[in-house]
Amino acid sequence: MSELLRTPLYAAHVRLNARLVPFAGYAMPVQYTSIREEHEAVRERAGLFDVSHMGQLHLSGPRANEALESLVSCEIDSLGIDRARYGLLLNETGGCVDDVMVTREAEHALFLCVNASNVKKVREWIESRVGPDVVVEDRSLETALLALQGPAAASILTRLGVAKSDLPKRFRVARLVLAGSPVLVSATGYTGAPGFELYLPGPEAEALFDAILEAGSVDGILPAGLGARDTLRLEAALPLYGHELDESTSPFEAGLGRFVKPLDRGFIGAAALRARGHDSADEAKGASGSGLERCLVGFEMTGRGIARADYEIIHEGQVVGRVTSGAPSPTLGKSIGLGYVPPALCEIGQRLSIRIRSKDVAAEVVERPFLRTREKKSTSR
Amino acid sequence: MADYDFPDNLLYTQDDEWLRREEDLVVIGITDFAQNQLGDIVFVELPEVGTLTEAGVAFGTIESVKAVSDLCAPLSGEVVSVNEALEDAPEKVNESCYGDGWLITLRPSDPTKLDDLLDIEAYRASVLERDSES
Repeated sequence: MSELLRTPLYAAHVRLNARLVPFAGYAMPVQYTSIREEHEAVRERAGLFDVSHMGQLHLSGPRANEALESLVSCEIDSLGIDRARYGLLLNETGGCVDDVMVTREAEHALFLCVNASNVKKVREWIESRVGPDVVVEDRSLETALLALQGPAAASILTRLGVAKSDLPKRFRVARLVLAGSPVLVSATGYTGAPGFELYLPGPEAEALFDAILEAGSVDGILPAGLGARDTLRLEAALPLYGHELDESTSPFEAGLGRFVKPLDRGFIGAAALRARGHDSADEAKGASGSGLERCLVGFEMTGRGIARADYEIIHEGQVVGRVTSGAPSPTLGKSIGLGYVPPALCEIGQRLSIRIRSKDVAAEVVERPFLRTREKKSTSR
Repeated sequence: MADYDFPDNLLYTQDDEWLRREEDLVVIGITDFAQNQLGDIVFVELPEVGTLTEAGVAFGTIESVKAVSDLCAPLSGEVVSVNEALEDAPEKVNESCYGDGWLITLRPSDPTKLDDLLDIEAYRASVLERDSES
């Protein structure tokens, strides 16, 4: 673990007996007690995650809006101050460079929260494509990010010196003082549970982490690691870069067309998507609409077995696709997964098999998200 | 090193399995160290009764939330019984790895091979080496 980077919460993780694993060059907690317990805590009460390994890239200057408008699939112009929006950075062939949350802090100041494994790639991508009059600052290393997720999240924060009415509504941010520290509180998350992501200076993070665990102890809060983060986001059918998304996958294939503005807007990747036969109405048409060679489905195992990333998807004895993510769902009590199949096989109820070692085990396409939560309409990070 | 439980009346393997002699059979399971390393066990795949195992070759798999691990046969022999309770309650392996979480019983084809397995001291040393803070 000594060559790995450490987030500002490293000492807290060690103190809490976290099992640390290498992730995106960092030593990160995969679990503290048990993945299932931590998962259940988030669904029923609250869990606290350290996601400081993620990156924060800030753009400012009079041309920042214009620059970002051409780089991301979501609309920047209509993004109000103190609001956040999910989008994709696309490459010239319409594939995904990263999926990001864009937050506007001021008329000419925005930042992207980017995946830990893509920070350098995205920073270089942006720097090489914006003009000299756009200031790009990488504040990843100095910014800590905590995610407090679960039905008790809001009431836990009110014990740290803020009123419930101060807390931002979904997809908005507010600058608040929590346990004496200045925090950008973002009503966003990546678990399908209500909650907040808290951006604050690195040196203050450990104290806030401890304060939240203390304030939430009466609710049964647990510190939660990357293991639970993955099973939670899978239940919510949220994509994970490197699994459902990569440089060769278009947002339409991944079912993310609703985060793509009209293709005539001239952003990077728009022309390629138009050439592939897409238009933003693909999402409404459904997968059997034009342009798709494959589409992402959610499935549940009906036979006995657990589907995992890279397992083959079988139909009538033929390999037709691949699983991108799969795991046992603690909340549902069944094994679920995401994967790509030809558009003809993506209807709800479609029977498929997953090749698990040498056996083809029955599965069925189901609706996404797997879990009915308040967050069904929106995608969060 | 964390406080693991290793009963001293068992034999052990480098693959973190324990064996207990019951007359001409051996009962096999995974150790407290193994179940702790795996985390929450969600699925166990065991062979059919009557299957012949080969020493060093996988006879089944054990899955945690995040990973799939092979179960490696410590001995060649015939599977005489399997713990069917693990089908619906795989967590028994975490909760009682030496008791209700047993995996299979085997009739070894060569009982003298049991002498090649690790005793409690040798196993403890092997765990200590691997469990040091990384």
